[in-house]
Amino acid sequence: MLDIGLSIVSLARFQFAMTTVFHFFFVPFSIGMAVLVAVMETIYAVKKDKVYLDMAKFWGKIFLLSFAVGIVTGIIQEFQFGMNWSEYSRFMGDVFGAPLAIEALLAFFIESVFIGIWMFTWDRFKPGVHAFMIWMTAIGTMLSAIWILAANSFMQHPTGFKINNATGRVQMTDFGAVIGNPQLWRVFPHVILAAILTAGTVIAGMSAWGLMRKKKGENHFFKTSLRFGLWTSLIFAILSAGAGDFQTQQMLKDQPMKFAATEGIYKDTKNPAAWTVVELINSKDKTTSHEVEIPVVLSLLTYHKTTGAVKGMDTINKELHAKYDKQFGKDMDYYVPPKTLFWSFRVMTGIDLLIMLVALFGVIWSRKKKDTIENKKWFMVIVGLTLWVPFIGNSAGWFITEFGRFPWIVYGLFTIADAVSPTSTVGTLLFSNIVYFLLFTLLGGVMIWYSRQTLHHGPYYEMEDSKQNVDPFAKEAFVK
Amino acid sequence: MTLANLWFILIGLLFSIFLFLEGFDFGVGMSTRFLAKDFDERLALMDSIGPHWDGNETWLVTAGGAMFASLPLMYASLFSGYYIVLLLVLVGLILRGVSFEFVKHAETKAGKNVWMWTFFTGSFLAPFLLCLMLLSMVQGIPMNANGDAFPKFFDVVNLLSVVGGVAGTLLSLVHGLNFIRLRVEGPLRERARKLNQILYPILFAGEVVFAVLVFFQTDFFTKRFGSSLVITLLIVLFSLLGYYGVLKDREGWSFAGSGLSLSMVIVLLFNGLFPRVMIATNPAHSILIKDAANSQYTLTIMTIVAAVLVPIVAIYFIWSYTLFTKRINPKENTVKY
Repeated sequence: MLDIGLSIVSLARFQFAMTTVFHFFFVPFSIGMAVLVAVMETIYAVKKDKVYLDMAKFWGKIFLLSFAVGIVTGIIQEFQFGMNWSEYSRFMGDVFGAPLAIEALLAFFIESVFIGIWMFTWDRFKPGVHAFMIWMTAIGTMLSAIWILAANSFMQHPTGFKINNATGRVQMTDFGAVIGNPQLWRVFPHVILAAILTAGTVIAGMSAWGLMRKKKGENHFFKTSLRFGLWTSLIFAILSAGAGDFQTQQMLKDQPMKFAATEGIYKDTKNPAAWTVVELINSKDKTTSHEVEIPVVLSLLTYHKTTGAVKGMDTINKELHAKYDKQFGKDMDYYVPPKTLFWSFRVMTGIDLLIMLVALFGVIWSRKKKDTIENKKWFMVIVGLTLWVPFIGNSAGWFITEFGRFPWIVYGLFTIADAVSPTSTVGTLLFSNIVYFLLFTLLGGVMIWYSRQTLHHGPYYEMEDSKQNVDPFAKEAFVK
Repeated sequence: MTLANLWFILIGLLFSIFLFLEGFDFGVGMSTRFLAKDFDERLALMDSIGPHWDGNETWLVTAGGAMFASLPLMYASLFSGYYIVLLLVLVGLILRGVSFEFVKHAETKAGKNVWMWTFFTGSFLAPFLLCLMLLSMVQGIPMNANGDAFPKFFDVVNLLSVVGGVAGTLLSLVHGLNFIRLRVEGPLRERARKLNQILYPILFAGEVVFAVLVFFQTDFFTKRFGSSLVITLLIVLFSLLGYYGVLKDREGWSFAGSGLSLSMVIVLLFNGLFPRVMIATNPAHSILIKDAANSQYTLTIMTIVAAVLVPIVAIYFIWSYTLFTKRINPKENTVKY
């Protein structure tokens, strides 16, 4: 089904992937930045150390740039279910709409109203009161994550519902079970911790570049920011690895195929199971080769003990056929894309480990009395480059989650192929894909450009007043 | 009153609140070309809605979410049927939304111009296309038994829908100018009033044409004559109130008048739709509220949630407006974050 070229389903899937991945570059970064800027401003309110005010203001600018792109691309997500996936919307409306509406009412209003106040009231409120506004925004963004993940968790592991026999559609029977979905409360910590990790890594990385410029008067600012960012990355890299493990335990129970694919296992493993670091996967013949293995580790990762075999995809495929053939027919292919999952998992965990190591050495080498970090230019460059990797890690994590529910859009209930809008055509989908692609390239490029420019100006740059009156239609208005 | 009908009304209410609030946002965005003369004035206009626009737009997101949560068949048919229109609405909203932030980082004249133009274009496109879509939808469009809508080009773009789009955009502009009169001081304030003196007569002409076309092109007046007539008259009356405020320099009256006019347009459309959510050219394929609605259980949960949250939201939403009552002066307004 993946290889049918420009079919409506694959174009709609591509669009969903593109719009969510792009949106999700900015979402975790914004959530994390909101929290960290709130922490900075709170430290200022308590300790009255001016550098933390400068930090809140400077990193607040970067936060606002990301937040702006995050919100506008978020509206696409809400519209997209109706536009591209109308059959899904009909099938799932009874369960799926509720968390989206609650997300808007409970979370979006908090974040949009309080961010508006926060942006425009630096000079009006006392630091503590002003910090309260950004805390509300941060809380709003996290509440929003809960509700959208509640909706997604239902797609991964449906709970609290029945199928209405008259309409053939999903019907909610227990709202408590929908928001009490174990999947939700295992994925939520992972997402939030990774969000703060993302923001911390970017702050550390941008500070490293700022520090390397050696501009007068900025050393204290960027040094403080660097240590703030590094400590955050270190702590939250460890915490999000733990949260990931916590989530994996649930995946093993609910979606064993997803887990087997992330480890690239076709045949059941021996007991105890060896962990494959890397291997080549042939998804056509369903074989693997060139494995580099470490004995026993997979049992440890899976069961937290030194024994225990792990089921392979072949076995699970048979089990799923036995379970679902009556409803979906014998022709279903229950294998998820193994290469995507196997490598996404390694990229995600590898990035977490990399950030952990960089942050650990960074924290050690940037201690107050030893200025050794400034003399290790090679290391500063590494810290600076590391700022890009959490974005790859976040996307890889969602690749595992979303590709791993193949071939279903709602696990065990509804297939992706049945979910697209019957009104969609290849033409309209191609058009909208191109429009979104161009738009995202523009927004992403501009956002990065302006962030870079903000860093280049540094925290103590006063923008020149733009008091010269320019006639917009005059020729010189369009020339530099 | 069934819960499904209650949610139909609630969605209409959310859309009217959205149009009341984001209507002046759109209008302020359009004013950057029709009213402001230089970059400072444009920035002052933008800043007058700076703290509010995101919250205002959230009413649209809430209306969409509420539709999904209560009448999913309406959401599915409407959003998939008007694919290209909604795609362009999204492009407009996106370009407009990022402009607020990007323009403050632009350092070259060209950069500032680009983001001011995207701000204007988005503010113009979004209300026009939304009104175009709504006025196309209420005329009835080709649909199949599954509820899939297949409007052809002239189902979307026709006399009523274009007049509706233009009138809605013009009303938004007028509303935005009334907002500027409340929030800005100096020459802009007076110029906004003068411009509205010119625009109101055009608007009245547009409203009359609009009413006549609604009479002939929709079944509103055959199905619900009395209420449709009253609401149409209210649209005009509220516009007259706004005009009165312009002539007598009563800014509050003007603002309330133009905002309520916009809201009444949504009320007219939802009143005419009832008890349907989508009107098909073949009446057998029209979708009724009761068929589009979610289960009683879900609607009950959503009703409780809305009853608790909407008042809380309203309180801090209104409070946030009371924080920004000082008039903006373009001469003193500096670039800030």
